[in-house]
Order: sequence, then structure tokens, then C-alpha cells
Amino acid sequence: MPSTIIACQDCDLLHRPRQLRDGQRAMCSRCGAVLYRRKRNSLDYTVVFSLSALIFFLMANVFPFMTFKYEGRVQESVLFSGVKELFVQDLWAVAILVLIVSVVFPLLKITGMLYVLLPLKVNRRPWKASNIFRMVEALHPWAMVDVYMLGVIVAMVKLSDFATIVPGAALYSFAALLIFMAAAGATLDPHDVWERLEVVERV
Amino acid sequence: MKNMRAFQVSLVNCTTCFQVSRIEPMLKNRNAFCPRCGAELCRRKPNSLARTWALVIAASILYIPANVYPIMTVISFGKGEPDTILSGVQSLMASGMWPLAVLVFFASIAVPLIKLFGLTLLLISVQYQWQWRPRQRTILYRITEAVGRWSMIDIFMISILVALVRLEAIATIEPGVGATSFAAVVVLTMFAAMSFDPRLIWDALEKRHA
Repeated sequence: MPSTIIACQDCDLLHRPRQLRDGQRAMCSRCGAVLYRRKRNSLDYTVVFSLSALIFFLMANVFPFMTFKYEGRVQESVLFSGVKELFVQDLWAVAILVLIVSVVFPLLKITGMLYVLLPLKVNRRPWKASNIFRMVEALHPWAMVDVYMLGVIVAMVKLSDFATIVPGAALYSFAALLIFMAAAGATLDPHDVWERLEVVERV
Repeated sequence: MKNMRAFQVSLVNCTTCFQVSRIEPMLKNRNAFCPRCGAELCRRKPNSLARTWALVIAASILYIPANVYPIMTVISFGKGEPDTILSGVQSLMASGMWPLAVLVFFASIAVPLIKLFGLTLLLISVQYQWQWRPRQRTILYRITEAVGRWSMIDIFMISILVALVRLEAIATIEPGVGATSFAAVVVLTMFAAMSFDPRLIWDALEKRHA
């Protein structure tokens, strides 16, 4: 439960927080924004899901992503090929953007989360914990694994008319990465993490 | 405590860790930092209106080349067929992929427009201190903030297509300049939504009463 007083992020109204039961959430009485939620075993779940996400992230970047077959010709691609090809074709701004939001930020988010949460699990506070966790929170909208997956589906459907597309191991790993990242995001309770960081510091 | 807002009692909400801190009125113009997470404390996001206006205007200008120029060109047997954002949706409809056509229409055409018009409406409403439906306007803000990232679908689709379809003479897909403009629109509108402070909607109510 948050401390003695809490202000709504969206309208600045002050509230006195109340103890919630697992799965409940508190909403602002005036604008309806979610103030805080209470999640069961939040830390454990988030750590497990983030570790799984990290494994699938590595697999998604190593294995072949998709194979394109057209009249006897075969073209294989990995996750990174799109970025490389955009770069080769002079759209370097788009290439950098795609690289950042589909590879760099998801990796930073997963590793940053683990860096902060794993030591917290054993009541330790890692070096620069607040800066790293602040970064994790700020990366939230920019790690676009879920959006990328939809882009993959649209691309596959567009090509299915005239060619055969064979999904590779990396594509399945990527789908698993998406699921575990979403699960880690859903079970993470930032209020809880900030409170733990504060308590651990005092010890 | 009833119906009090943080800024009325010299309190400030940390936008990162949600800890409420007291800001001494004497120190109003100095930088203050959250004692818990170290983020800079601001009663309101700095220069929220000016920054959001600038980003919205820039995005609106880039919205034109993003829709006029092709985002990619499909070249098969020497013939090039440019695809814009709109024609991409049309071709999905023509091939009978209705659910996907709706998805791409929503992500690439509806979402950017919702964001540009939504943010413009919010900016005007705050600037003229409208009293009208603050709760609904706050919800509009939350929607524009949440849906923005989904417009990237088209950009990711292009990056996948150009990597896969590289069979020189038979079939090649080349990215177009429209893609750069469209990516810029998405990024600028995301920054615009982040720089807008929804608490300004509620500040206007008190200013009128005071």
C-alpha cells in the first residue's frame, strides 16, 4: 500500500490510500484514473516472466526468422535483416528507429527490470537502482515487441498471395517473448518496487 | 483533505514513483528532486503547452508527405508499383483480408488522426480554459497516449518485407520516403502526448472559480 497520501497523476486530486485486497485497484474519485493496484506475489511473477522473456529474446535474435519461397528461389531472413536492408536502401533514420524499438529497448527493459528486481528478491539494493528502474519505467511505451508482432502478421498475409512463407524458430521465440514481456508488465507493481527500494536503502 | 489538489497545499506528485513530496514555496523556482527516486520534481510538466503545440504542428506537417509519398514500391519483372499508406489498406481490402484491413486502417490512418485532432482539441481547451467535461477530456488524453505506439505496424511491416523480398529481377520491395515521414509522425505524436500535462485540464476549473 502506498504511503500516507497519494495524488492522482492525471488530475492532481489528493487521496488517502486504503488497504486493498489482492487483485483490487484504487481509482481516482474524480477523473477515474487508476491510482494503484494490489497484485499477488508481484515480484516473484515479474522476475520469472522477465527471465523467460530474456531467454526467448536471445533465441529470437539468433535463429532464422522467416523463409520466403517463390518459384524455386529461397530467401531466408533473421530478425536483424530488416534493419540492415533499410540501412542499405538509404532509409537509415527508419532503420535506426526500428532497431531501437524492436531490439535495443526491449533488451534494456528486460535486463533493467532483472537488474533491479533480482537483488530486491534477496533484500539488496543494486548500484544506481533508482536510475535504472526509472529508465525501465520510461521505456515502457518504446519497447514495441507487441506492435512488431502485428507488423509480422500483416507482412506474412500480404505475401501469402503469391509466395510461400515458412516461419522460423525465431518467429515462434518472438511470439513467446511478446507473451512473457506482456505478462511481466502486467504483474509488475511499480509502487511496490519503489517502496521496497526505499526500505532496503534504510537497512 | 476532501477535494484538495496537491498543488493547492504545496505538495507535488513525483511523475516517476508517485511519491507525494512537499515543496517549500520559497524554493519554487529552484530544481527539486524526489527524495525517493531522484527524478526531478515539477508541479506541472515544464512548458507543456508550448512543447505539445510544437510537436503537434510538426507532426501535422509531416503527415502530408507521409500520406502522399509511397511508403514502399513493389518491383516485379521490372515494373514498379508504389504503395502509399492508403493504397496498402485498399489492397488488403481488395484481396478480401477484412480483419487485417480494418486493423491496418485503424493503426495507420485512424490512430494518427485521432492523436492529432485529439491533442489539438485538448490544447485549445486548456488554452481557453474550457469548463466543459473535464473527466471526458482526461479520458481522451489517456486514449491518445495509449494508442499512439500501434501506428508503428506499417513501419515494421515494411522492414520485414524489404528483408524478405529480394529476388532481384523477379520481385523486390523497396522502402519509400513516405516511410520516413510516417515514422516521424508516429514518434513526434508520441512525444507530443507525453509532453501534455492532463492536470492542466483540471487547473482551468479552479482558475475560473478563484
